[in-house]
Amino acid sequence: MLVEEIMKERVITLSPVDTIETALKLLQEHHIRHIPIINDSNQVIGIVSDRDVRDASPSVFEKDTERKELKNPIKSIMTTPVTTVHPLDFVEEVASIFYEQEFACVPVTRDEKLVGIITEKDMLYTLIQLTGTHVQSSQIEVKVINRPGILPQVTQVFGKRKVNISSVLIYPYKPDPKYKVIVVRIQTMNPIPTIEDLKSEGYEVLWPKMPGILS
Amino acid sequence: MAKDARDTIMNCHSGFVYSNDFTNYRFREDHPFNQMRVVMTKELLEATGKLSDKELISPRLATEEELSLAHSISYINAVKKAGKGELSEEQGLEYGIGTEDTPMFQGMHEASQLLVGGTLSAIDSVLEGRVKHALNIGGGLHHGFERKASGFCIYNDGAVGIKYIRKKYDYKVLYVDTDAHHGDGVQWAFYDDPNVCTFSIHETGRYLFPGTGNVNERGLKEGYGYSFNLPIDAFTEDDSFLEVYESAFREIVDFFRPDVIITQNGADAHFLDPLTHLCSTMKIYEEIPKLAHELAHQYCDGKWIALGGGGYDIWRVVPRAWAQIWKIMNENIPFKGDLPVEWIQKWQKNSPVPLSTTWHDPANACKPIPRRAEITEKNKKLLDKSLQLIYNQKKFNSL
Repeated sequence: MLVEEIMKERVITLSPVDTIETALKLLQEHHIRHIPIINDSNQVIGIVSDRDVRDASPSVFEKDTERKELKNPIKSIMTTPVTTVHPLDFVEEVASIFYEQEFACVPVTRDEKLVGIITEKDMLYTLIQLTGTHVQSSQIEVKVINRPGILPQVTQVFGKRKVNISSVLIYPYKPDPKYKVIVVRIQTMNPIPTIEDLKSEGYEVLWPKMPGILS
Repeated sequence: MAKDARDTIMNCHSGFVYSNDFTNYRFREDHPFNQMRVVMTKELLEATGKLSDKELISPRLATEEELSLAHSISYINAVKKAGKGELSEEQGLEYGIGTEDTPMFQGMHEASQLLVGGTLSAIDSVLEGRVKHALNIGGGLHHGFERKASGFCIYNDGAVGIKYIRKKYDYKVLYVDTDAHHGDGVQWAFYDDPNVCTFSIHETGRYLFPGTGNVNERGLKEGYGYSFNLPIDAFTEDDSFLEVYESAFREIVDFFRPDVIITQNGADAHFLDPLTHLCSTMKIYEEIPKLAHELAHQYCDGKWIALGGGGYDIWRVVPRAWAQIWKIMNENIPFKGDLPVEWIQKWQKNSPVPLSTTWHDPANACKPIPRRAEITEKNKKLLDKSLQLIYNQKKFNSL
């Protein structure tokens, strides 16, 4: 899946001379946690997070202060340079960036210009789509030997019935690397015929899987 | 749970919706959804002497206008065409018709119309005061969507019935769904409606269809806080089921104060049911209607309509479970002891498995479940999460 398929195209931005106060307001108004800072030609020159803005705000314990810190320009606290991605990058790469660099938002740029934004929330939404749990379905787990050609063999069994597959995931089988677990979500309330088919083809079906209980 | 002290004999004049034509709702010879269950239940009750012809209510056909309270016209038209063999496979898929779960069959529109009409007949009988309670075990098809058939359900009689109550009587409705599958169709139909509160207890959707019914599905906009879910663990047994169910139902009814209660009494949470992984016994099928009966009298002047639902061991489980609803509805005391011999003799001939001969399941009928303590603990935590908003409000009100 490509970045451009999941990115948000309407991005709330600020110019470097806007005040910290404006940033604070925008964060609250739009329920967002990141604001890219752009110059006149729509290039991303920095980014601020809600944490940056909060760090720069007066303490809630100091009452009756003039709060003049808030009048400072946003460029005084923005992070730079900014990690960005391209619309044609893969969603998986964005997930790696989030994991490795430990932040939760990347602006998307094309020809140096800002065209979108992806946050951790968009990533999680995509993950839910990938697992297929957002549509009506039953889940079946099949333990298989880890060798080439096994997936088409298994899915062929599903194909025999008029049952639509809404997602397929392959997990490592932790106790023994010789095996994998194929998790299939199928759009039926009655998975029993399919399970019988799988079993009669010699597959081990874990449905549902719980330590101590034989399926 | 309920002690014998609560088993006070009552005498509630109730209605039993029935037509032989309920069995016309049949997808295919080997399909697990089989309305022969309704016939078996009725005959079981007749054999006990607890159901007579004068208590029967003939279901009417729901009109298209009534169906359109919860379904789009284009979907209704598609179902009609499918029932006459005029809908292509391609066209059907858009509406969830012609799948493994809900194949097309001759006359499917009329057969479904009758199930919905049965629920409307039950509702009118109760709300117009002809009977105290009413039972339509032909209904409870809670997976039907506005423009999509799914999970063996074409038209959603519960959703149509509740819309009908809202329109005709303007009552606040509490819908309680004890089917082992999440009551998704009804929940989504009233997700933003604060006058309809839905409560579904079901096996977690991790493995089981439809996969929804998470504890954080609480409603939307105006309806936020009026949708409750208890997705209990696979392998949950009687005590844990009843513990969380009773607590939740009591809290929810006290919070919502409905004018009428509709229960969906799917009988597929039993350990013998082939499609689910809950491990309850007949015990819950005595306690579930008892609690509904008690709370309907306490909060709604008795206005209670009970529907059927899932239930795929039609030989050993469903007739016993549903017969108990009727018995409790009328007398508040469940059947005990042996089933009528003549009923067993008649139906044993058709059954591929030996029928149960007693109303209760023998002790230790279900194989022991490891990790019972953990399952019980998880279900309790779930209960707290599900009722969080009610608890918050109580705390706020007491300040």
